Amino acid sequence: MNTRLLPLYATLLICLIAYAACLIQFPAMFSTRVAGNLLTDNAFLGIAAVGMTFVILSGGIDLSVGSVIAFTGVLLAVLITQHGVHPLVAFAVALAITTAFGAAMGIIIHYLQVPAFIVTLAGMFLARGMCFVMTTDSIPIDHPFYAALQGVFYRLPGGGRLTFIGCLMVAVFVVGMIIAHFSKFGSYIYAIGGNRSSAELMGVPVARTTIGIYAMSGFLSGLSGIVFSLYTSAGYSLATVGVELDAIAAVVIGGTLLTGGVGYVAGTFVGVIIQGLIQTYIVFDGTLSSWWTKIVVGVLLFSFIGLQRVLVVLSLRRSAAPTGG
Amino acid sequence: MTDKANVLAVEGIGKSFVGFKALDGVDFSIRAGEVHALLGENGAGKSTLIKVLTGVHQPDAGVISLDGQPVHVRDTHHAQSLGIGTVYQEVNLLPNMSVADNLFIGRQPTRYGFIDRRLMERRAREVLAQYDLHLDVASDLSRYSVAIQQLVAIARAVDMSGRILILDEPTASLDRHEVEILFAMIRRLKARGLGIVFITHFLDQVYEVCDHVTVLRNGKLAGSAPTSELPKLDLVKMMLGRTLAVATHGDRRHRPPPEERQLSFKGVGRSRSIAPFDLDIGEGEVIGMAGLLGSGRTETAKLLFGIDAADKGEAWIDGRAVRIRTPQDAVALGFGLCPEDRKSDGIIGDLSIRENIALALQAHRGWFNRLPKREQTAMADRFVKALDIRTTDIEKPVKLLSGGNQQKVILARWLATNPRFLILDEPTRGIDVGAHAEIITLINELCDKGLALLVISSEIDEIVAYSNRVVVLRDRTHLGELSGDEITTSNIMQMIATETGEVPA
Repeated sequence: MNTRLLPLYATLLICLIAYAACLIQFPAMFSTRVAGNLLTDNAFLGIAAVGMTFVILSGGIDLSVGSVIAFTGVLLAVLITQHGVHPLVAFAVALAITTAFGAAMGIIIHYLQVPAFIVTLAGMFLARGMCFVMTTDSIPIDHPFYAALQGVFYRLPGGGRLTFIGCLMVAVFVVGMIIAHFSKFGSYIYAIGGNRSSAELMGVPVARTTIGIYAMSGFLSGLSGIVFSLYTSAGYSLATVGVELDAIAAVVIGGTLLTGGVGYVAGTFVGVIIQGLIQTYIVFDGTLSSWWTKIVVGVLLFSFIGLQRVLVVLSLRRSAAPTGG
Repeated sequence: MTDKANVLAVEGIGKSFVGFKALDGVDFSIRAGEVHALLGENGAGKSTLIKVLTGVHQPDAGVISLDGQPVHVRDTHHAQSLGIGTVYQEVNLLPNMSVADNLFIGRQPTRYGFIDRRLMERRAREVLAQYDLHLDVASDLSRYSVAIQQLVAIARAVDMSGRILILDEPTASLDRHEVEILFAMIRRLKARGLGIVFITHFLDQVYEVCDHVTVLRNGKLAGSAPTSELPKLDLVKMMLGRTLAVATHGDRRHRPPPEERQLSFKGVGRSRSIAPFDLDIGEGEVIGMAGLLGSGRTETAKLLFGIDAADKGEAWIDGRAVRIRTPQDAVALGFGLCPEDRKSDGIIGDLSIRENIALALQAHRGWFNRLPKREQTAMADRFVKALDIRTTDIEKPVKLLSGGNQQKVILARWLATNPRFLILDEPTRGIDVGAHAEIITLINELCDKGLALLVISSEIDEIVAYSNRVVVLRDRTHLGELSGDEITTSNIMQMIATETGEVPA
């Protein structure tokens, strides 16, 4: 068996066990309503986590995600309510800005050879600061187009709602998987994450790919901001603080190696769902503090990092002693 | 030169780096269907020459011509498109990706904009089948041994370039069986008419697979001849280039070997690193370790000092069995090591002379038992005087000192811990000639003080000058020991060059 798939299987198993445990305690959780809400409530996190998956696969990190989501929300609110811009135009403007912002960080990371951690940390402060420059208030968005989009859903048998943003997240994951496994760009990401200097020697366009990765993460953060704005119908400067960390957690729980080169977009999906499941459980229980989500996620992260180390050590030992070693 | 056309020829190539001539008027040519060995000690200019050929460096002088036409190699990609492919010592592949990905990354076949995996994997199987390699091309490269990875790297280079193949120490991390597989591939490629440049330190391998030898020394061409016309002894002389001047040796050599050699290593070895060897050292004794680069000298030092854990053998000190698994163990037993690469492994350039000297002793005392600054200063002053370290101030950063003085600082660091056994790996490398003599005098003095010393050096004259006994290495095996009057430059060279056919497991 391919040990590379082991973390993914482990994640899937944990997800199923967790769901089964929830069901034993609260049989009501077995409904399309819960499933539909799981997708809707985690749509913005899932979309951002796809971008984060690519960044981490390449051996980098993007800390600006949460701030960019908030920035997008505030920008949309200001454009739509104060300047009368149509939401679709506002969406395009927001995506253009966040993509350019991501690309700029990628350029700095590649050409100035600054660690991604520092560059995106600066990006995080910058984007958050820009929110406050635009407004310090929470601005509600009340636009017929928003109402229309929020009204789009597919009613599942059993009363669940497959909303527009839920479907969008699933679509982003599907596109992400196709990029990761069937495009040259995707193979370059894995190559850079595997060994950057080898990749360069082998003719991988490292500059173009690095910039593309962060531009994509910026784009998906912007898209996530749009989804979050549809989800909450508001723009607020202090929203989504620390979402980048939730996204990183989802990626790691999904079996992607933090050092890059190994992982699956599908794993990230399961990672997002596990986090959502814990939250749903807390809602059903009604007495637990929502901080239990953090505790469980923390424990899961520790165990997954431990599992990854064990697998790395095992594979090193195996490759060290092949022929007569 | 005219019987068979040169595919690639360089004439009068020169390349300088800030005042240092890495290559000086070197001629080199390779014909189709020829395996050409490029030899030389560290710093002889081999890698600079390769980098000029592959477009990493631009030469300051000289002409590179391909099929008789002068070319200007712009960068590595241009070199590849000209048909010059390179495989480096450290396999430069992507172990996290599939074999097929590794063969085709950067040029994967696509269909409707997406990678056509099926076609890519079929082509990968075809490429590998040429070498009778039948791998599961869809599985990760990391599943295969270093040797197979090396073959995949070669297959990739040949598939992309296909005229000239440069192999930079491809056998360095392979065992004997794997080397055979690699050689089979080289012979096959030779038969296909490729020109192959083969860089290695193993002379046996040169005679086994190469048609022609070119030797570089100090950036100059030391000689070039068909392998069949060049006896091994001449080759060694060509590489080491000593004028065989008679070294002045004192009486030291005639000192009777101590009856009891307190430090004794029996059958110590590590697979893929060095074949098991025995070594006994007594107090007040200097053992010289001679051999070409890559013969296992540094590997021996690493085993003795616990940097690499030995996988067989045992060590005895004062008749007591000891285990040396980490450098900490070795330091606790009173060992010291001055490594070969001062800059990366030895000195800490930004720290002062005082701090560098105090380092090992501080480590010895533990974290919480800080050495008072007054004591550090006194100690540094003492060693600066004793070893004649030329500096204006003991608070000067070590990186500002000359090579010889840096070497003395490292030596002082270990002497401060009052060691009983000191290993010096190339103590005179990269320092000026005047400082050589000082280091040698120092070695003799230390020996007089009752230290046991193991000195590794490529400078055979120096080894002859200070050693009580000399251990000669070749191909990661300890060949034997010379003592007393047997220690002469020519005997050592003879021993390095002799044919044995024995190879490490």
